[in-house]
Amino acid sequence: MSCAAGAKRVLGAASVFLLSGCAQWPAQGLFAAAGPAAELQREQFLIVTVLVALVILPLFIGLPWVLWRYRLRGGRGPFRPDWDFSWIMEILIWGIPVIIVAVLGVTLWHSANKADPYRPIATAGPPPIEVQAVALDWKWLFIYPKQGVASVGQLVVPAGREVALSITADGPMASIIVPRLGGQIYAMAGMTTQLHLLTDHEGDYRGMNTQYTGTGFDQQHFTYSAVSPVQFSTWLAHARGAPALDAARYDALVKPSKPDQPMQFSSPASQLFQRIIAKYHVPGDTLGALPPPSAVSANKATEAH
Amino acid sequence: MDWTYWLFGTLQWSDFPPKKDLIATFAASLVILAPIAVAVILTVTKRWTWIWKEWLTSLDHKKIGVMYCVLAAAMLVRALIEAGLMRTQQAMANVGSPVIGADHFGELFSTHGTIMIFFVVMPFISGLINFVMPLQIGARDLTFPFLNAASLWLTAAGAMLVNASLVVGKFSTGGWSGYPPFTELAFSPGEGVNYWIWALTLTGIGTTLTGINFAVTLYKERAPGMHLMRMPLFCWTALSTSILMIFALPPLTVATAMLALDRYAGFHFFTNGAGGNMMLYANLFWLFGHPEVYILILPAFGVWSEVISTFSGKKLYGYTSLVVATISIAVLSFTVWLHHFFTMGQSANVNAVFGIATMLIGIPTGVKVYDWLLTMYRGRIRFTPPLLFSITFLFCFVVGGLTGVLLANAPVDFAVHNSLFLVAHFHNMLIPGTLFAMIAGYMYWFPKVFGFRLDERWGTISWFLWSAGFLLAFMPLYALGLMGAMRRTSMFTDPHYTPYLMIALGGAGMILCGLAALGVQLFVSIRRREQMRVPVGDPWDGHSLEWWSSAPPPEWNFARIPQVDGTEAFTAMKRNGQPYVAQPENYEDICLPANTGIPVMIGVAGGLCAFALTWYIWWLAVVMLVAMWALVVWRSWQGEPMKEFPAELVRKHTEEWLEKARAAKPVDRFAESEPVNLGLADPIR
Repeated sequence: MSCAAGAKRVLGAASVFLLSGCAQWPAQGLFAAAGPAAELQREQFLIVTVLVALVILPLFIGLPWVLWRYRLRGGRGPFRPDWDFSWIMEILIWGIPVIIVAVLGVTLWHSANKADPYRPIATAGPPPIEVQAVALDWKWLFIYPKQGVASVGQLVVPAGREVALSITADGPMASIIVPRLGGQIYAMAGMTTQLHLLTDHEGDYRGMNTQYTGTGFDQQHFTYSAVSPVQFSTWLAHARGAPALDAARYDALVKPSKPDQPMQFSSPASQLFQRIIAKYHVPGDTLGALPPPSAVSANKATEAH
Repeated sequence: MDWTYWLFGTLQWSDFPPKKDLIATFAASLVILAPIAVAVILTVTKRWTWIWKEWLTSLDHKKIGVMYCVLAAAMLVRALIEAGLMRTQQAMANVGSPVIGADHFGELFSTHGTIMIFFVVMPFISGLINFVMPLQIGARDLTFPFLNAASLWLTAAGAMLVNASLVVGKFSTGGWSGYPPFTELAFSPGEGVNYWIWALTLTGIGTTLTGINFAVTLYKERAPGMHLMRMPLFCWTALSTSILMIFALPPLTVATAMLALDRYAGFHFFTNGAGGNMMLYANLFWLFGHPEVYILILPAFGVWSEVISTFSGKKLYGYTSLVVATISIAVLSFTVWLHHFFTMGQSANVNAVFGIATMLIGIPTGVKVYDWLLTMYRGRIRFTPPLLFSITFLFCFVVGGLTGVLLANAPVDFAVHNSLFLVAHFHNMLIPGTLFAMIAGYMYWFPKVFGFRLDERWGTISWFLWSAGFLLAFMPLYALGLMGAMRRTSMFTDPHYTPYLMIALGGAGMILCGLAALGVQLFVSIRRREQMRVPVGDPWDGHSLEWWSSAPPPEWNFARIPQVDGTEAFTAMKRNGQPYVAQPENYEDICLPANTGIPVMIGVAGGLCAFALTWYIWWLAVVMLVAMWALVVWRSWQGEPMKEFPAELVRKHTEEWLEKARAAKPVDRFAESEPVNLGLADPIR
């Protein structure tokens, strides 16, 4: 009786230790997924690991056994120096991986489509908030065209509301991810890529650029803040009171810098995002002149898609 | 100002040492002092003529092989120290005391990757294949010995250019893959990216030529009866790698040339705007880059096949299976390049197709792993250092395979692309897979090359340090990657990361100790070489023809070209006839290509041309380009000067060797590491 209780206590302590250990290490990563996109990624991670383990576990068991049984000094196994083929073994070592890759392939076909960053996540509910993200050296600019505000280093969204990001860069290629929510996708000048993110849980999530773009790239972080609808309205009001994001302020933002505080702007210049893309399609053009729509549509990533 | 530009390009006094930080200044002084030290040693020991006549001008495939390996070893030391410095920086910066600046860190990860891929593993592979492959197929040399030497010296010139960047100016910070638009003039002005471009161009040309040379040799120079399906597996992997080199290196040369045109001539292939598109670069680079991965791993598979079979005292299991698997991997390697950029915005179906193609490569690779396990099964396994390395390899490689399949899954890749998870994955493949194979191959063939065995105790110590060091250095990176830590980050600021970064730092320290242990092993072995001699040449009871010659082998390899009747030709010889019986009376004169200094000069001219281009010193670039061309023309006029080994010399050497074989006591596998092992094997029965 006391023995069982002791065992129970040890087990309990061990599980608390393990759980707390496990809870700690993925503090911000994939294993602390907080949205459907990252949850799908985590699920795929586990499925692949289990299926591939079927192939590698026999080696982990077989290799020590073979090393022990067939060692030169004292090994008991029969010695057959010319044994070099067995149909049964051939069928097993080719067949099992083929079956597993077939299963993985089918899984991947479905999950790749489900996890396509271009695809909206939620099937019901309110339409996504459209936000345009611009990778600059070394900060992220987010433009809310419908709300008429913009921010740097901060992506504020009501919890439970999906964000549809259109992404470009005004500088070297960057890559955007919010590890606990999903991603990632490249940001490339003159082109648009897309990413959908969603979480139901209020909170701050770390987002970043993962692609080296120079000495400040590792500080090109932003906070994805999932807030209540009230807080979102407050934030919008606050941003609308901030200075306007005109061409001059944008040009200042493009210069390499590492702002330590988030910034808000009101009334971004009309069609700012499209003009950032277009300036790479019209020779000699700057933000000043808006090119004809035909040039704007030449954003290759979207076309390729 | 103007005349200095004409004379010296963009070179300025400020590009020379002392550098901004102490560590860089120290590195620069090492690069200056090391050659001075070598020159002093050569002068004091009066060995200048010796090194020129015996080594630098040699066209002997064995010596060229050794020189490739020496180059690789020297560059390995540099790249490992850089790795240690990066680990130190990340660990210390995270607790608030960085040791180097972000700019220096950018140079470090760029040189580390560039050197490890192009100037450590590639030369090591070329070196091992150069030495071993002609011996294994019963040939006297490669088909194109002059081209072989020229390739070596072009590769060496590329390595020297990377080293020059430690002293003069800076290296690129664009990583080993040099992605534009970051590497375009707009974001990376200056000499850094130029260094990277021209170093890769030099070695790219050298490697393409080497690939052609190896492939032609394997097709044309095999001994009578050595059908393709009788070649040792190492030759099969060498053939596959050569074909990959021929087809995969040109896209790299094209990509770097286009980037050079962007930077030097105002083109817009990969620039932001003006019609440029970096996606083109990503495709070209990985069209090279993915087959490159298999260029690096296939010869390693060949080494493992030889090592595991020999030290298990057993025939290789599933020879045909292994050949089919090797060829499948080589072919499939051209169909998966897109998995390096699942995140570039193509459609989900495209990603799925390339993901499935990537997983397909896992099938033949998995087959190989089990073929090796079954080779050990029913054998008699000796735990020599090369075999110990192969055990670490088998355990770790399947873990790398698992994470590889994870990365092939586009949704998972979205989460861990560019993270330390990826860094852990490819180091997991390349260190236990390739680098350990190179070390195992070095220990395995060393007695053949230099005539004496390497100390096994220090070999075992080194194995332990490398294996434990690898696990400690890279397993934490998997965890960090899953926590959202990204690669190429000079400074983390997350207290959660501290334990992982500290463990990884400890692992890096152990790896450096493992490298030092290899150095001690070599030193100890040279000092005790008289007790380790294996003049008869078959210390491990080997299976293939390279063991059927004295150690070291004569320059002509074989007095008579053997007749081959099956796989494992030397095993058959040992069983059916006497490999060491007196040879026929009629020895023949043997002709081999004479030494020439032209390949060295081509290398020097190539290196100077690349240096001149890096710094925009146009007159020097033109002069050196003309010089390279003139040297090739000069060589064409010479025809192919030969040196002759008279029949009498061949007879004398052969009979001495056979005499030693008759005098030696056959040694069984229990006494393999004792002084009594003179290289005459008594197989296990």
